[in-house]
Amino acid sequence: MSWITSRRRHPAAGYAILLLGLLLVGALYASITGGGAGATAAPPVTVNSAQISQGHTIFLQDCATCHGMGAQGTPGVAPGLIGVGAAAVDFQVSTGRMPAAELGAENPDKPPVLNTTQTHAVAAYIASLGGGPTIPTAAQVSTSGANVGLGQQLFVADCAQCHNFVGAGGALTNGKFAPPLTKTTPTQIYEAMLTGPEAMPVFNDSTVTPDQKRDIVAYVTGVRKEANPGGFSLGRIGPVTEGLVAFLGLLLFMVLVAIWITAKHGKTKTHE
Amino acid sequence: MSDTNGPDEPARGDDLTAGPAASGEPDEGQARRRVIGTPAPAQARTLLPEGPGGPAPAVRELPADPEDLPGAKRAERAVAASFTISMLAGLGFIACYVIFRVHTVNNVFHSNLALGLTMALAFLALGVGAVIWVRRLMPNVELTEQRHELRSTPENKAAFKKTFEEGADASQFVKRPLIRRTLIAATVPVAIAPIFLLRDLGPLPEQSLDHTVWKRGTRLVLFGTNRPLTPADFNSPGSSVSVIPEGFADNDDALAKAATTLIKFAPGQLQKPTVLNWTVDDIVAYSKICTHLGCPAALYEQTTHHILCPCHQSTFDATRGAAVIFGPASRPLPQLPLMLNAEGFLVARSDYQEPVGPSFWERS
Repeated sequence: MSWITSRRRHPAAGYAILLLGLLLVGALYASITGGGAGATAAPPVTVNSAQISQGHTIFLQDCATCHGMGAQGTPGVAPGLIGVGAAAVDFQVSTGRMPAAELGAENPDKPPVLNTTQTHAVAAYIASLGGGPTIPTAAQVSTSGANVGLGQQLFVADCAQCHNFVGAGGALTNGKFAPPLTKTTPTQIYEAMLTGPEAMPVFNDSTVTPDQKRDIVAYVTGVRKEANPGGFSLGRIGPVTEGLVAFLGLLLFMVLVAIWITAKHGKTKTHE
Repeated sequence: MSDTNGPDEPARGDDLTAGPAASGEPDEGQARRRVIGTPAPAQARTLLPEGPGGPAPAVRELPADPEDLPGAKRAERAVAASFTISMLAGLGFIACYVIFRVHTVNNVFHSNLALGLTMALAFLALGVGAVIWVRRLMPNVELTEQRHELRSTPENKAAFKKTFEEGADASQFVKRPLIRRTLIAATVPVAIAPIFLLRDLGPLPEQSLDHTVWKRGTRLVLFGTNRPLTPADFNSPGSSVSVIPEGFADNDDALAKAATTLIKFAPGQLQKPTVLNWTVDDIVAYSKICTHLGCPAALYEQTTHHILCPCHQSTFDATRGAAVIFGPASRPLPQLPLMLNAEGFLVARSDYQEPVGPSFWERS
């Protein structure tokens, strides 16, 4: 303690404390916003009658309260699921959006309640009620050999307006929002384009072809690995945070310089 | 503080920062400390007598030498080092300007970074050196100069008047009106010339804001892949894509006005005032350029059929002719008339029937 006691009144002590505090805040921020787990490829999807009956059981337990015993939906509460397809079910359940915790402007993603086998069983049951897009295979969402450049062009044309140009997400009306795509798996991105969950428009295969969907998936997952030229991502939401950081940082710098210029130095003696 | 505290009033404990210096009794035993950013103790700075009974005026001469010679030597070196860094950074700026070539985005990025850093360092080191010089070497003595009257003496005024009149006579400015008037005439055009330079702000946009490159038969192609669309391709209700006129993918000037959002509805969802004749199979096309300030208004929510502009939250109802339902926009997004061509592709029936984008003065 004597080490501190003898130095705490040193002229530089204040600056040292300030610097320490800033570093601490920075480190804390970096640890909170650190990179997440990588995406995993979906296991192969197989459908049989046993799976459908298992899916039906799970559906009656976890889904039928809102969506109805026959998946016909409840007006004003939950949409009918006949014809939405396996891809829609897999997206909603694997991202944890369904089963929903409460009725809100939008169902946020959360840790999934059902595991992959159960999710595929429910998806198979819903698909058995009538058509709809199927869960993409691992080959369909494989990004090897994809045209990332075209994927970026398409993403900028039709996705970036809501999801931000690197998939950081953004706000919509009345509490709805476009979620960030930083942790979404390739399968989930593909399914979202195919089915248009929540407020998102549908991009069917005749408008954006499966190959082009793959390119978009390659761009969204590839851009996560891009380096941040300034050292910090600042949320990758563009000039808003960058401007704020530059403004606050430079302001702090100017204040410190002003204090230094006007502070009296120890050697100064008055002539009396 | 010390004036208001009477002798009977106990000293208050709240003026800790003022300390003994502010109370007028400097503590000889220890060096004065002060909190950064607070003014220096008043007594140490004043060089004027404090009143009839106060101390005599301080010596008002600049000291010949700093008292702490080794410290001054160190400060001198610090100042010289700062100025040297500044000089090197300045030379570095010139070198970077010569070395870093531009012409590509990456090169411009590196060039700007190098030029900015060297220039910032040059100015910063110069300023740091100057501040160290002032604080550590220059004497810290306040000198007081008595004010004197600003008005000139009557003798000076009379002398100036005489000189001026002599000069005016000698130049014959009054005597020769021809010279005087032509001189004045010569200055007038120079004075009003800047007004004519305002013409460079033109030319006026004339009719160019009223039209886009869409015309009858122009195919709608997907932005990004430039693929034309048939209603059978674009057949999922809730779909929304950005489309551009075919052949203008690389023409940013044209796309700035012609960018369009294509939306597919379920049968029966589209209502007036949407022009239903201008839709094909419940596919409707609206301008992507917000009518408020021209941002791309393309955040389409398929559940509510709202088109949201991200800049100022103007919201348009896509089922009812993109009518404004929220925000600062004052009119709907213009609707692009659609039809099918002979091959079954979606094409424009005509250009937009009203100007797209923000309102302007001459908008008809």
